Amino acid sequence: MDFGPHAGFIWASYAIVATTLSLLVAWLVLDGRRLQRLLDELDATGVRRRSDRADPSQS
Amino acid sequence: MAMQQTITQRLANPTHFMALSARLLPWLASAAGVLIAIGLYLALFVAPPDYQQGQTAKIMYVHVPSAWLAMFGYMVVAASSFGLLVFRHPLADVSAKAAAPIGAVFTSMCLLTGMLWGKPMWGAFWVWDPRLTSVLILFLLYLGLIALRSSIEDESLAGKLTAVLALVGIVIIPVIKFSVDWNSLHQPASITRIGSPAIHASLLWPLLVMTTGMSLLFGALHLKAMRNEVLRRRVKALRIVRADAGTALAQQSAG
Repeated sequence: MDFGPHAGFIWASYAIVATTLSLLVAWLVLDGRRLQRLLDELDATGVRRRSDRADPSQS
Repeated sequence: MAMQQTITQRLANPTHFMALSARLLPWLASAAGVLIAIGLYLALFVAPPDYQQGQTAKIMYVHVPSAWLAMFGYMVVAASSFGLLVFRHPLADVSAKAAAPIGAVFTSMCLLTGMLWGKPMWGAFWVWDPRLTSVLILFLLYLGLIALRSSIEDESLAGKLTAVLALVGIVIIPVIKFSVDWNSLHQPASITRIGSPAIHASLLWPLLVMTTGMSLLFGALHLKAMRNEVLRRRVKALRIVRADAGTALAQQSAG
């Protein structure tokens, strides 16, 4: 695969997009896991939101 | 109308949104992954070099989708802001907040890949051209929205003020669109123009596949970011309940 004299610019473009999107995906996945863990910990302590307490299925 | 309201009301409920998005997200992410893989194969191995720009035109397959999603992201932020201010839709603020950093990332990719395309074609990484400058303003606008929101502690006030700024900033979208007609170095629209696209089918198809794949990826990232924001607000609400319970208990013991 010969991209000619400007191959460096082409590969750099694809590398920037791949790296940036990978970091964005990783940030969202890790942030989601951290928040879910925090929510589970709070749930385990028995704390309930008012909306949850009002739900008859929770009682 | 009544049916429409019912669907809207159901989607407005964060619990329904979480259930629906959990089912949708894997499909959306998988479709995006497959289309981007096919698009990369077509772009790098099948698409011929451009008759003027040669192989450098391959940058188009990542630059154009990034540019489109940079603008689309802002339209999502603006539409969500409208939904918050006018309809007080519970998820509109969540959507606006979630879309801003993703839009900023796509705008930064658009700027960086554009610079890497500009150097071999124009001889400079950057020129203060109307198109480049207006996209840079879009990037700064995204940063402004993120900074404004994070500088205000009151979530509701932060959402409303950010929504006003987002709606004022929507003026940048037509400016970007028409900036190529204002003595710009940047080439004019090749696909979304009246009549047929000014790009050969052998170059157009890989571009359409990449753009569709990246758009689905944007959708998946936005859904994931919205889910995270709903979780963040639930954690915050539970911490407030716990703190209130602690205060009440302390007052009881003191009394």
